[in-house]
Amino acid sequence: MTDTRHLKLRVNDREYERVVETRLTLADFLRHEIGLTGTHVGCEHGVCGACTVLVEGRSCRSCLLLAVQAHGREIRTVEGLAAADGTLSPLQQAFWETHALQCGFCIPGVLMTLTELLAANQTPSEAEIRERITGNICRCTGYQSIIEATLLAAERLRQGREVA
Amino acid sequence: MGAKWLGATVKRKEDPALLTGKGHFVDDIHLPGTLHAAFVRSAHAHARIRGVDTSAARAMPGVHLVLTFADLPQPLRTNSLPLLVPHPAITQGFMPYALASNEASYAGEPLAVVVADSRYIAEDAAALVAVDYEPLPAVCDCVAAIEPVSPVAHANASSNIAAQFTVNHGDCHAAFADAPHVFGERIFLHRGGAFFMECRGIVATHDAVLDAFTIYLSSQGSHRIKRAMLDVLDLHDNQMRVITPDVGGGFGPKGAFYPEYPTIAVSAKLLGRPVKWIEDRHENFLATHQERDQCWDVEIAVDGEAKIRGLRGRLIHDAGAFVPWGIVLPWIAATTVPGPYVLPNYKMDIVVALTNKISTTPVRGAGRPQGVFVMERLMDRVARELELDPAEVRRRNFIMPEQMPYQVGIIFRDGRPVIYDSGDYPASQTKALEAADYAGFAARQAEARRQGRYLGIGISNSVEGTGLGPYEGATVRISETGKVVVYTGATPQGQSHKTTLAQIAADSLGISYEDVTVATADTANIAFGMGSFAARTAVNAGSSVHLAAVAVAEKIRQVAGEMMEVSPGDLELREGFAQVRGVPGLRRSFREIAVKAVGMPGFSMAGGLPPGLENTAYFTPEQSTYANGTHIAEVEVDIETGQVSILRYTVLHDCGRMINPAVVYGQVVGGVAHGVGNALFERLVYDDHAQPLSVNFGDYFLPLATDVPHVDVHHTETPSPLNPLGLKGAGEGGTIAAIAAIIAAVENALSPFGVTIAEAPISPQRIVELLGDAALGRTR
Amino acid sequence: MKPASFTYHDPVSIGDVADLLCRHENARLLAGGQSLMPMMNFRLVTPDHLIDLNRVEGLAGIETRGNVLRFGAMTRQRDIELSAQVKQFCPVMQEALRHVGHCQTRNRGTIGGSLCHLDPSAELVNITALHDGTLHAASRRGARRLEFTEFATGYMSNALEPDELLVAVGLTPWSPHHGYAFVEVARRLGDYAIVGVSAQVELDRHGAIRRAALAISGLETTPVRPALAERGLLGQEPSPAIFRAAAAEVGKLGAMSDAYVTAAYRQHLGRILTYRALERAVARSYERMKV
Repeated sequence: MTDTRHLKLRVNDREYERVVETRLTLADFLRHEIGLTGTHVGCEHGVCGACTVLVEGRSCRSCLLLAVQAHGREIRTVEGLAAADGTLSPLQQAFWETHALQCGFCIPGVLMTLTELLAANQTPSEAEIRERITGNICRCTGYQSIIEATLLAAERLRQGREVA
Repeated sequence: MGAKWLGATVKRKEDPALLTGKGHFVDDIHLPGTLHAAFVRSAHAHARIRGVDTSAARAMPGVHLVLTFADLPQPLRTNSLPLLVPHPAITQGFMPYALASNEASYAGEPLAVVVADSRYIAEDAAALVAVDYEPLPAVCDCVAAIEPVSPVAHANASSNIAAQFTVNHGDCHAAFADAPHVFGERIFLHRGGAFFMECRGIVATHDAVLDAFTIYLSSQGSHRIKRAMLDVLDLHDNQMRVITPDVGGGFGPKGAFYPEYPTIAVSAKLLGRPVKWIEDRHENFLATHQERDQCWDVEIAVDGEAKIRGLRGRLIHDAGAFVPWGIVLPWIAATTVPGPYVLPNYKMDIVVALTNKISTTPVRGAGRPQGVFVMERLMDRVARELELDPAEVRRRNFIMPEQMPYQVGIIFRDGRPVIYDSGDYPASQTKALEAADYAGFAARQAEARRQGRYLGIGISNSVEGTGLGPYEGATVRISETGKVVVYTGATPQGQSHKTTLAQIAADSLGISYEDVTVATADTANIAFGMGSFAARTAVNAGSSVHLAAVAVAEKIRQVAGEMMEVSPGDLELREGFAQVRGVPGLRRSFREIAVKAVGMPGFSMAGGLPPGLENTAYFTPEQSTYANGTHIAEVEVDIETGQVSILRYTVLHDCGRMINPAVVYGQVVGGVAHGVGNALFERLVYDDHAQPLSVNFGDYFLPLATDVPHVDVHHTETPSPLNPLGLKGAGEGGTIAAIAAIIAAVENALSPFGVTIAEAPISPQRIVELLGDAALGRTR
Repeated sequence: MKPASFTYHDPVSIGDVADLLCRHENARLLAGGQSLMPMMNFRLVTPDHLIDLNRVEGLAGIETRGNVLRFGAMTRQRDIELSAQVKQFCPVMQEALRHVGHCQTRNRGTIGGSLCHLDPSAELVNITALHDGTLHAASRRGARRLEFTEFATGYMSNALEPDELLVAVGLTPWSPHHGYAFVEVARRLGDYAIVGVSAQVELDRHGAIRRAALAISGLETTPVRPALAERGLLGQEPSPAIFRAAAAEVGKLGAMSDAYVTAAYRQHLGRILTYRALERAVARSYERMKV
């Protein structure tokens, strides 16, 4: 006897409706029910940050949320960062230019964390950026180019007054 | 052809997809009808398996298949997994079966598989599988393991020694007999792992019509995996296709062949449906190969001027329960010890010990960090004992550039003599010291001490054999659409091969690198391949791409010359056209030339050439080509808490010609991050029964953004004489010298207290223990 | 690492929660999920009923009631971190929160969840102990107040009955110019503290310590308030000798040990961090008195 619920939520400005098992995590829902595989699963115990998404603008580990908890909520994932015409967000563009990714597995989570940071703070220091991404583990880059990318994006946001 | 792209920092072709969440990692692959697997794994490090009751699991709704060893189809009950690098020195080469049958040899060894509608249900059912264990004594320590009184890690083993061999040259006995100074150390390197962010995973399908498998696997070498699968399943070459999609980090262990893979493959065949297994992080801690875990008893003999006379000792290497990579890891470690120094006499006896832990196989650095750690600790010991500057001790012992190529006198794991082909080691150290303001350190340290703070500096030099053979081939093909594709067995996990190999091809073809597609790691696309590990792809695949692209460029000119009735020598390749030099209007497009090169019924091939605008090259290096580096770490140790901060980190790195400097920079900094982890954070802890205690990211510490320092990277390019583009590998250099530099710096900071360190990693707790009362600091 | 099955409930009132707790055995309350969900993913915890508190009205919020700073149990740690009221009345809590996990975990984690979980090194538990906080529980049987020392009964065990939920915690702020500090040693930023020490002091107009409190986490299963050390500070003018004496007292306390951390290292850190916390708390009280 599986316990299921009707779920309705918005992901990247689009509405989805499904019936899901209540134990299904939000990460698995995004990846396997609605085809948004950009959010990755790295540990399933809330440490690595690969599964980070924005729930009503706040970064959260989607491996520690049940899909049913997102009922009626607004979620943003990495697939929702670029513009509708495909233009990368300033943060994504900066990551590309500074070689801020290698295997790319941790990057969606990193981007969501930093999107939240830049939305609230367009003058982050290197120390603030390092502190903020302690919630995201990268095994490839050593973080340095990620920080350079964030500083570059912040500068461009200040100049252009765009949204992160 | 001018090198426009070689050496250029260009944006990566991989990034647009990865940045927008459009990558294809194995778990992103959703084939219709896929079923999901979960494994039942041994709860004990060593136990007899008396019975496995799967009845409750089979009965659960949603479960399609449950297999134990007895249920495995042949030949999996006869064939154990292949030992990938055999060697005559291996006397007890234990290898596992796909599922454990009557004995479990490490905690986490798979002994049954459940396949169900979802991973959730598969785990529910796996929890209902009842295993009747008879626990046996477990071997957990490699030093104790080789004592005669030790229990055996395998019930039918005669001892826990898998192999014994010696690496040596010269005459240590004589060298030590009359040496003015001999210093000994016992050095420990503790177990750790790769811990890529994407766990292992496989999707297997079986086509009943063709009786052939297609496997999607997160690996470091599709072709090696294919060969291992053919071997263990007794299949023909056309019955197995392995495709490695995007890989979220490899660092070594994904290059190995694991028991889960053939089990999942046969499950797919039995069910007639795709079967997916994704390792979860708990499994990753139990069942993915680990590394380090060595005890070195070594001594160095020097003369009165600190020049090395000889180095000898014994390495006890913990292989774990099985030996899939044979003796490669300790061999690499032992042959790395000499480093950039003149070592006239050397003897290292190696004992490879079996224990009841998961196997150790190469992780970034592949034993070299361990070898460097040993030599550099000894160099610092010499400096301390003889009261010399550590940089000076090293200077006095360097192999000089005019001595290149330099025969070290020992044999590398590729069967070839270790011959350093190129490099300027003294200049590397000098440049690194200057960049790190080594000269100003004494003043910084003194000033800090006046404030009650303890700074230290550490130096480490390393030489790294890169570009390991035997080959990595490439096919450069221009299809009838005019598009350029490079096929290669290279299997990237973040190393940017799809960009760097495109850069190489683009130079010979006169096009933009953006117009070259690099398709990697599909065994259907190129006959032979090895894989991406050991910093080998740039040299091997890069050279193959270059040779193949040059050959294709030549053919373009020949066919186009025929078409335009000009001499091939008058043609230049520009932006997808072959055009007559100085006459821009007279040209043919790649598309037109490719169509011509495919031929038409009834018409002869142009110039009698074979069809197609393509060429396949397998560059085979004569030997490894040696990169080198110098690392300088400057740290502060809080002597009251034992915590270490890395204040400054400088790397001088020589990986020959750089294809893409930003890629090299990223590899070096990323490599240093692994080194920081290996030196200060990463230790896998087991209990006395070989039960893993570190089983999640709360117990095992990967370096975070606040732990990895800013790394100041300087490059020197000493081109390799051993391949056409002068390349050397860059993937591991950041890690190889890092442990030694950081530990040396910590020891230097604690030198006022007489603390010496001969292990890695070192924890704040251990530092406080070593400091004794001095750690009371202001509370004394 | 998928959780086992359960029946999911998402009540909207405290009364509904209380009813559910009465009706169901082997039930767990889901607050921020940052501790419970990992345990469920590892299948270390397998409740038959999961009662989600995230839609319950009236459980979150920070307010001053009289002289008490009151936190609804479901108040997010991130909101406490950014709260002007907490900055004013209980700044040590914000200093401690910087060490609690990471921004992503503080966005969901709650003060009530942390208190009920009672991890030996939890920073919010430490701060509650420092302030002799009061915990408010509710059930069908009514409301109940527990002092912190009653509430924390042992290793990750609280005194709540199976039919009770925590609804709020109240702390009485110290006087406006009090000095405070929270220091901890963890392997990396955001990791569980090996040892954490909070200190608060109030100085009289002669500069002597008229009130002092220390809370040490990581020595025992719950935070320790070292009575001898605290008493020894009273009436004293702050000085390195005074800090040393308090540190030495704390250094004598017993400590746990496990496969990773020895008792000796915990005791050592208790001593070191007591000195540092007091030193910083005193420095802060001078700063704040000047303003």
